[in-house]
Amino acid sequence: MSSTNHLLAPLLVRAADVDPADVARTTDSIDMTPSLVLVLAIGVLFATGVYLLLERSLTRVLIGFILIGNGANLMFLVAGGRAGGAPLIGTTPTDQMSDPLVQAMVLTAIVITLGLTAFVLAMAYRSWQLHGHDEVQDDLEDRRVARHAARNAPAFEDSDTEESGETLDDEASQVYDETDGDGDGATDTRGERPGEKDAPPSGSAGTPGGEER
Amino acid sequence: MNLTYGFATLVPLPVVLPLFAAGLALALWRHQRAQHIISVAALSLVLAASIGLLVGADNGPIVVDVGEWAAPVGIDLVADRLSALMLTVSSFVLLCVLLYSLGQGVADGHDKAPVSIYHPTYLVLAAGVANAFLSGDLFNLYVGFEILLAASYVLLTLGGTGERIRAGSIYVVVALLSSVIFLVAIALTYAATGTVNLAQLAERLPDVDPGVRMTLQLLLLLAFGIKAAIFPLSAWLPDSYPTAPAPVTAVFAGLLTKVGVYAIIRTQTLLFPDNRLDTVLMWLALLTMVIGILGAVAQNDIKRLLSFTLVSHIGYMIFGISMASEAGMAASIFYVVHHITVQTTLFLVVGLIERRGGSTSLDKLGGLAKIAPGLAILFFIPAMNLAGIPPLSGFLGKVGLLQEGVAQGTPLTWALVVGSVVTSLLTLYAIVKAWNKAFWQTAPVELPAASTPRGMVGPTTALVAFGLALTFAAGPLYSYAERAAGNLMQPQTYVDAVFPGDSGRGQGVSNDLVEEEQEGGES
Repeated sequence: MSSTNHLLAPLLVRAADVDPADVARTTDSIDMTPSLVLVLAIGVLFATGVYLLLERSLTRVLIGFILIGNGANLMFLVAGGRAGGAPLIGTTPTDQMSDPLVQAMVLTAIVITLGLTAFVLAMAYRSWQLHGHDEVQDDLEDRRVARHAARNAPAFEDSDTEESGETLDDEASQVYDETDGDGDGATDTRGERPGEKDAPPSGSAGTPGGEER
Repeated sequence: MNLTYGFATLVPLPVVLPLFAAGLALALWRHQRAQHIISVAALSLVLAASIGLLVGADNGPIVVDVGEWAAPVGIDLVADRLSALMLTVSSFVLLCVLLYSLGQGVADGHDKAPVSIYHPTYLVLAAGVANAFLSGDLFNLYVGFEILLAASYVLLTLGGTGERIRAGSIYVVVALLSSVIFLVAIALTYAATGTVNLAQLAERLPDVDPGVRMTLQLLLLLAFGIKAAIFPLSAWLPDSYPTAPAPVTAVFAGLLTKVGVYAIIRTQTLLFPDNRLDTVLMWLALLTMVIGILGAVAQNDIKRLLSFTLVSHIGYMIFGISMASEAGMAASIFYVVHHITVQTTLFLVVGLIERRGGSTSLDKLGGLAKIAPGLAILFFIPAMNLAGIPPLSGFLGKVGLLQEGVAQGTPLTWALVVGSVVTSLLTLYAIVKAWNKAFWQTAPVELPAASTPRGMVGPTTALVAFGLALTFAAGPLYSYAERAAGNLMQPQTYVDAVFPGDSGRGQGVSNDLVEEEQEGGES
């Protein structure tokens, strides 16, 4: 045991970011009982994050992503074992150090999340500029399948299928397919899109996109 | 000793050079010519370094401790045969696509796209791909993924038109989700084993409770499966790729999904060699192949058609991985190399078709074989290669897979053999449909009098020639893939390379320290 410590000691002086999980493994088993508060916080962050990820609006999706990301960061803290002193030789005894590696990984993850958040915000803003909303739109294929279904629908009224009173033909008129237009027709035909009625009222009048166009 | 030292210095270059060049290119954003020279030079050097690694790694994995911090304390970069092979093919493809986009930029007069951001982002993407291939550390693999994904977000939404923002938001949200799943998997792995070093994980994971190990494996597969576009997780791909500019689509189709496949190969062989999920993988491979190609058959736009064949052919690679044998893995590796080349080539050719014919919709194209016979040849060769017509390289990869599937002879592998043949035929059908409509039918609308710039045709021709070279050099290449698979099926070689025998590296002792100890002991 002392020989291991002797071997490791000079290294620890060199490396502030040495992995004490390894050190602990060679000496004593590390205390891995997680804090209940952290576990609960992770659960809440993940649950709310998943809920928000399922929303249509890009900003809400983004907030959901941030929440889940922070939940994952807390998971790293739990994974590092119990908290301890600063991992510096001379300040803290080796067996009372907290694990610095998880903190390094969490820092990296936070920085990455920050960068991606900035990008998604910019994208949501651009989407709002162009369309007056920042909703994640339908898959192109989904819309095309819906149009085909409408075209192939039976001509007679069927009381079993139409509970909402909306026929497939009605739906088809709302389906919007930008491949119909040429090139940039995507944004230009916006006014013709009946589905637009769900858009926030602020979007219809004063959007910068509307004026630019 | 000197020689291995020489090879070891090459290992960080594919990551460092593009990053450095990206910074330089960003600083010189006013000088487009300087940007071009920097990007081309950097990627050429990366290609040279990768070829060096390809030769060097044949003698065994080359390990570099970044910053002289020995693994597992420090991060290590490992270039074994698989990494080196992937690196070489992808750097060649990256270089060709860069030259192609330069040709396009010159032809367009740089007016339309924000070109100043294109080169730095492209170089960052190259660095991320290289980092993912070389990483010997799970967290560093995550960082590599994030680098290439962040770059891909920018490239996909280049210009910020409505259509690209629509496709980009789907792509970004899906990619963010897969990143978070990957991050969670890393956190759980660290909690279970106390390490994120791949070699050390290979040593420690067998002691972990089987249920926990299965959870980790599933989470990692889920994260990589989204990136590799395996069937239930593939819906994002055909919708988002076709909207990007042709060179961007080409490089995404060629490389990004293959990085996911690479990560699956690496984790399946190194971390989870007990093959408990192989049946699941086989089912997924079958579904990916069949459903992907049915999507392609239904398409009427070449770009979307090719995106669906991309999804479908990922199934072949998963098929090879799921057989968990040396022959299956070798065929899979060969197929990855073939598919990176051929899929990129096809997307580049479609870029040319779009230029010449003014559209990628098969309803508006026609008669291209007559007015652009060169273009027809450039399309026909990789298209037949994709469908697996003998003697081209696609055929050779598929034969390897089929042979191993028949050799294993379980009902499921037989189903996969049948599925691969059917998929192959349907690929041929889809491709021939595109060929007939775009090249042979009389043009339904008057085609614009456009020309294809030489700067774009040149790199495309180079890639077509490279695809043919894969056929002619199939013998050496296939045996290299077999040797790589041999390495993979014996994870101990990887572990031994990272923690060589009697040195104290496995305990986190740096090389210098061991040498000092030894010197001290001798004197």
